[in-house]
Amino acid sequence: MSPCTPTELSIAALARHVRGLRHVAVGNASPIPAAAALLARELSGGAMTVAILGSQRHNPYTDGGRELFDCAGQGRLDAFFLGGGEIDGQANVNLVAVGDRQAPQARFPGSFGSAYLYFVVPKVILFREEHSRRVLVPRVSFISAPGTSDQGIHRTGGPVALVTGRCVFAFDRARARFRLDSIHPGRDLAEIRAETGFEFDVADDVATTELPAQAELALIRDRIAGEIAETYPRFAARTWQCAA
Amino acid sequence: MTDWIDIDALATRIPDGARLAIPADYGGVAMAATRALIRRHASGLRLVTVPTSGLQADLLIGAGAAAEIETAGVTLGEHGLAPRFTAAAKAGKIAIRDATCPAIHAGLQAAEKGIPFMPLRGLIGSDLLAARPEWHIIDNPFAGGSLETGDDPIVLLPAIRPDLALFHARWADRAGNVWIGRRRELATMAHAAVTSLVTVEARFDGDLLADEATAAGTLPALYVGAVALAERGAWPLGLPGVYPADDDELARYAATARTEAGFADYIAGTPRRAA
Repeated sequence: MSPCTPTELSIAALARHVRGLRHVAVGNASPIPAAAALLARELSGGAMTVAILGSQRHNPYTDGGRELFDCAGQGRLDAFFLGGGEIDGQANVNLVAVGDRQAPQARFPGSFGSAYLYFVVPKVILFREEHSRRVLVPRVSFISAPGTSDQGIHRTGGPVALVTGRCVFAFDRARARFRLDSIHPGRDLAEIRAETGFEFDVADDVATTELPAQAELALIRDRIAGEIAETYPRFAARTWQCAA
Repeated sequence: MTDWIDIDALATRIPDGARLAIPADYGGVAMAATRALIRRHASGLRLVTVPTSGLQADLLIGAGAAAEIETAGVTLGEHGLAPRFTAAAKAGKIAIRDATCPAIHAGLQAAEKGIPFMPLRGLIGSDLLAARPEWHIIDNPFAGGSLETGDDPIVLLPAIRPDLALFHARWADRAGNVWIGRRRELATMAHAAVTSLVTVEARFDGDLLADEATAAGTLPALYVGAVALAERGAWPLGLPGVYPADDDELARYAATARTEAGFADYIAGTPRRAA
C-alpha cells in the first residue's frame, strides 16, 4: 500500500476525536471531516449515526433542516466539525468577513450553524487544512461563534480541539487557550510557531501525530473514498481518483 | 384551487421587492423559475435563504435582481466561493443580513405558528447578534434567576414571514398538492410564507393525499398559490432522489462568473431549459 497522504493523516486524526460517540454531524464544505466521521463509524461497527450535510445516503433526518439543530439543542448530537476563515487563540471563529463590514477585504460564505452548534454540541472539533498566520490570527475580525462564554450563559458545548495540516491542538476551555498536543510527521515546533498568529501552550509530552493503522488506511481507500464521492465528487476524484 | 400556469407566468407572480424564501442547494431549488425571473428583469428581491444558498442566490445577485439577502451562508460548495455574492458583498452592493441556520429555521417556525418571535440558544457573544438590532436578549422568565443559574439570558428572533416561497419538487397533483418527501423545510417555508410558488418535474396522476404513503410527504394545496411544470427544473442543481447536480455545468458557472463580463456571457448563453 502506498504511504499515508497528508489528507489521510487529517482524516485519521479527526476520526480519533469522535471515536466511540453515538451521533456525529458534518456541515458544509467539509469533505475531510465527513471522511473522518465515516471512518469512525466504520470502526464503531456501525453503532455511530453520522449525518453529512448534502448527502442523501448519510442523512438520518426526516424532519427537515431544523432536525439537526433541534437534536443538538436537546444534547442528542455529540460532535460536530467546524472550519473557519479565521480562528483565533481563544477559539473564536470567523466565517463572515475580514475588514470593514460595509466593504470587506474578504467575504466568506457565512456562519452556517456555527453560532448555535458551538454552544450546544459537547465536542466541536475545529479543522482547517491551511495552517498559516492568515487563518490562525491573534484576534478574529468578526466573531461568528465565540470560543468561550461568560458564566451564566447556557453553554453545554464548545471547541475541544483544532486540527490543521501541521498539528493537533487541544483546547482548554477554562483557560481559553490552545495547547499543542501533537505535531504531524515531517513538521516541527519552530515551523508551527512561525505559522501560527496566536500564542499557545505546548504539552510537556508533545507527540508525533499518529499515522492511521494499515487497516484504517485500507478502510479509507476501499470504503470511505467511494462514499465521500456521493457528496464530494471533486474531492474524491482529486484525492483518490475515485468516482461515486 | 391552485393554479397550474406556465413558468414565465409563475415568474410574473413574484413582484419586484418581494421577500422571497428559497431553499438550500440540496433541497429542491427552482432554477428554471430563477432563469425566468432573470428574463423578466426582476429587481429589488429580498431573499431569505432556508437556510443557505448557492447558485440561485448568486445568479439573482449577479443579475441585479436582489437588493437584500438574509442568509446563513452562500457558497458554491466544491466549486468555491459564490463569485457574484462575494463581489457584491465586497463592493457593498447588497444588504447582507447574516444569520445562522437555526435562526432562519426558528424565525420561519414562529411565522408558521402565527407568533411574533422564537427563542434560540447560542448567539450570545457573537457579532451576528451585535449586527442585528431586531434580535433581542431577554432573561428566561422560567429560570427563576437563582444564583446557580443566573438570569439565563436567551435570544429572541422575530418571525420571518416571507411574501412568497419559491421551490422545485418532484410532483404536484391536479389540485396543487405538492410532494416534498422528507424535505420538510420546504413545508416550513411554505407555512411561513403568505403563499408559495412551486415548479415540479411532473404532474402526479391521482390524489397525493389519498394514500398515507404519499400524504406523509405532501404539502397541501392550501399553501400553494401556483404550480408550473418544469422538467429538470432544478438543473444544474440536483433534485434529491431524482437526478444529481450537473457538476460540469456548475464548474463552468464558477469559472465563467468570476468576472462581471463573464457572468453576463453566462446569462446570455444559458438555455431556457436544461439540456
